[in-house]
Amino acid sequence: MTTTVNVNGVDRTVDVDEDMPLLWVIRDVLGMTGTKFGCGAGLCGACTVHIDGEAQFACQTPIASVGASKVLTIEAMKDSVVGKAVQDAWIETDVVQCGYCQPGQIMRASALLAKSPQPTDAEIDEVMYTNLCRCGCYPRIRAAIHHAAAAKVTA
Amino acid sequence: MATDTTAPQISRRDILRAAAIAAPALVIGIRIDGAFAATAPTGFTPNAMLTIDQAGAVTLSLPKTEMGQGVYTSITMLIAEEMEVAPQAIRIDIPDGETGKFGKLDQGTGGSTSIRECWEPVRQAAADARAALVNAAAVQWKVPASECRAEAGKIVHASGKRTLPYGAVVATAAKLPVPEKTPLKPATAGFKVIGKPQHRLDSPAKVRGEAEYGIDVRLPGMKVATLAQSPVFGGTLATVDEAAALKVKGVTQIVRLPDAVAVVADHYWAAKKGLEALAPTWKEGDNATAAQDAIVASYAKAAQEPGASAMSEGGLDAAMMAKAMAGATKRVSAVYEQPFLAHAAMEPGNCVVHVKDGGCEIWTGTQVPGSARDEAAKALGVPVEKVVLHNRLMGGGFGRRLEVDYVTRTLEVARQVQAPVKLIWSREEDMQHDLYRPFYHDALEAGLDADGKPVAWTHKITGSSIMARLYPQYYKGVDADAVDGSVKTPYTLPAQQVAYIRHESAVPTSWWRGVGGARSAFVVESFMDELAHAAGADPIAYRRALTSDPRTQAVLDLVAEKSGWNTPAPAGRARGVALIHTWDTYMAQVVEVEKHPENGVRVVKVTAAVDCGQPINPLGIEAQVEGGIIFGLTAALFGEVTMADGRIEQSNFHDYRLLRISEAPVISTHIVPSDQAVGGMGEPPVATIMPALANAVFALTGKRVRKLPIVKALTA
Repeated sequence: MTTTVNVNGVDRTVDVDEDMPLLWVIRDVLGMTGTKFGCGAGLCGACTVHIDGEAQFACQTPIASVGASKVLTIEAMKDSVVGKAVQDAWIETDVVQCGYCQPGQIMRASALLAKSPQPTDAEIDEVMYTNLCRCGCYPRIRAAIHHAAAAKVTA
Repeated sequence: MATDTTAPQISRRDILRAAAIAAPALVIGIRIDGAFAATAPTGFTPNAMLTIDQAGAVTLSLPKTEMGQGVYTSITMLIAEEMEVAPQAIRIDIPDGETGKFGKLDQGTGGSTSIRECWEPVRQAAADARAALVNAAAVQWKVPASECRAEAGKIVHASGKRTLPYGAVVATAAKLPVPEKTPLKPATAGFKVIGKPQHRLDSPAKVRGEAEYGIDVRLPGMKVATLAQSPVFGGTLATVDEAAALKVKGVTQIVRLPDAVAVVADHYWAAKKGLEALAPTWKEGDNATAAQDAIVASYAKAAQEPGASAMSEGGLDAAMMAKAMAGATKRVSAVYEQPFLAHAAMEPGNCVVHVKDGGCEIWTGTQVPGSARDEAAKALGVPVEKVVLHNRLMGGGFGRRLEVDYVTRTLEVARQVQAPVKLIWSREEDMQHDLYRPFYHDALEAGLDADGKPVAWTHKITGSSIMARLYPQYYKGVDADAVDGSVKTPYTLPAQQVAYIRHESAVPTSWWRGVGGARSAFVVESFMDELAHAAGADPIAYRRALTSDPRTQAVLDLVAEKSGWNTPAPAGRARGVALIHTWDTYMAQVVEVEKHPENGVRVVKVTAAVDCGQPINPLGIEAQVEGGIIFGLTAALFGEVTMADGRIEQSNFHDYRLLRISEAPVISTHIVPSDQAVGGMGEPPVATIMPALANAVFALTGKRVRKLPIVKALTA
């Protein structure tokens, strides 16, 4: 099946089975490796991307379901006001350890902040619950989201 | 290839000179974002770790591997201190695997050893490099070297009137002998970098998605494969539907192995669908009926054996122990069981191998780049020079990537593929073919005197020996790792006997973050809490009275103060404490818990006090404490791998739960200022939290959890 998908503002035409998850289109066909494979079952959030602004598991998104929606990956976050604020907050608060889950965490956090500019801890927990971090960076993820929220307000 | 070595028969200076001359061919590495890094051909390479180019840029060939624990930053800080440059100014290359590349300092990374092993040789390499640049400037200026010093990337003359940037002296330095044993900066002189908070140097690439992990490697013409291994350990491949698999679009080849089968394709999705169509069946072999209850029972049975004494020179004999125990007014005994655990690193197993030209090229993230290369050469039956291993960042290690099965398995597949091939383990395959944290059975008995103090202490440890599997030539009946933290506890125990019984099951075992020391910590610190309770004593005061070591007492005092131990816990909450002195680090933690309707317990906050000797990066220490606590909480609360019909029952994160953000406590870390010898930080927090939590659960509920995991024990 030939299909066109808009990733990071660019239309990309790929020839893949319609059930192929967006994750593997992004990683193995388009060659963008910032989006990570963790579980393949929607259980860990390492593959989180934005589809029309919503944080979604790319491993659970068949390519045929994407249609004309706009997909954003971690590679596009440096050009997004919210995404950049989140990345900067992540650096400033030393969130990262192994870093493997962090593209997914950042995608989830930036979608949250786009909708809720000053989230409470409870809101953060409720939204970020989907994303696992084996290194245990959770306390800093909370702190960094607050940090990004504050930075965005003053920006 | 020239290497830095401390072998006595070879002059170190000769070796260093050879390295300097050979620099252009030698120093090649990879940056974390995957950019190829080759040193400028006219650079100065005083040793295997460092190159200074003509622009004055310092490049560090990182001698340990980065899996999140922060050596990318902390080792760079050691270099920065002695090189008189800012850590941010240092370029960091991840070197290829090569045994002996850094002399006695092995690239292998585990057991909380990186800082302890690097502290001297890394600073020495930097100090010698700095001295070489000072000497070169002195030659250029025709002044005594004693009138010159290094400062902020420049050589400065004592007159204050002349300076030369590093880059302006490297050509001269490359022609001069490299100094040796240059005196290192004493802590008393005041460090500029060491001990100061340093933001992680690998964050920018990681938050932008540019950092390259093993699984991200892409090569021209590369195929992607996935595999199924016999679901029963020791089974073999029976049948496959190869035709059905080959019909899947994108599938190019099926590779059959004795105990596994791989589907090779244009991308992972095709390989995965191909594997489903392949529908492999297995001859299950001897372990087909292995079951958890029988395994657990087999450990309890093995524990009835006397075992081998782990005490130095055998310790006290049975009669002496019996006599000591007879003097007790009260006896306390307990049996603890700790389950098999998976590593469950976020990055599933993977490796890229290209077999070609009578050798192979490997790209992977490994904790042991040198021995992984050596093992690959052995498996391929070629000289080690025919194998190149490019190391990459790891999406978590935790001991899993101390094993080289990801590499050797991929090699088996790649031998049959006429292209580079990336083999990716599905999460299910990764979880069901791990080498697990071993199941352990610990039996303890203590005799207490009228004051409640122990007068006799016996501890029998029954479990798998990883040391015996890996180093059979050195194994003499006691696994030194398995008894670590049990023979030498933080306490003065007047009569003590510790015995070890090796017992194996159908479940393969290996290193897991915290190794033997963490297993011991759970047992010793849980039991110490039981003794304090039996003595009617405060758990911190009881522990404190059993040690005369001021550093041990200091972490207990600090954690008591910072946690508010001597004030009552808020209503509905209770606290528990644990103490360790392992990996050359002293740590105490207090955990505060409350009841939870589903899990039985919720962890509210954790206070940690740590004395790891001279701190390198306080921010890195805090990160290890927080991360280690959450890693340990996952294990203590939820962690359990079980076997049924010879198969591992857990398969993904729905049935192998990891702590999520909503379950994470508030954690505060308090570091004891120190200029003592450096200690490890990767494992102490994991080891301390598990008993601290069990002790808090006892204080909250009155239930002593002796069989992990805790949530199962509380909700069963």
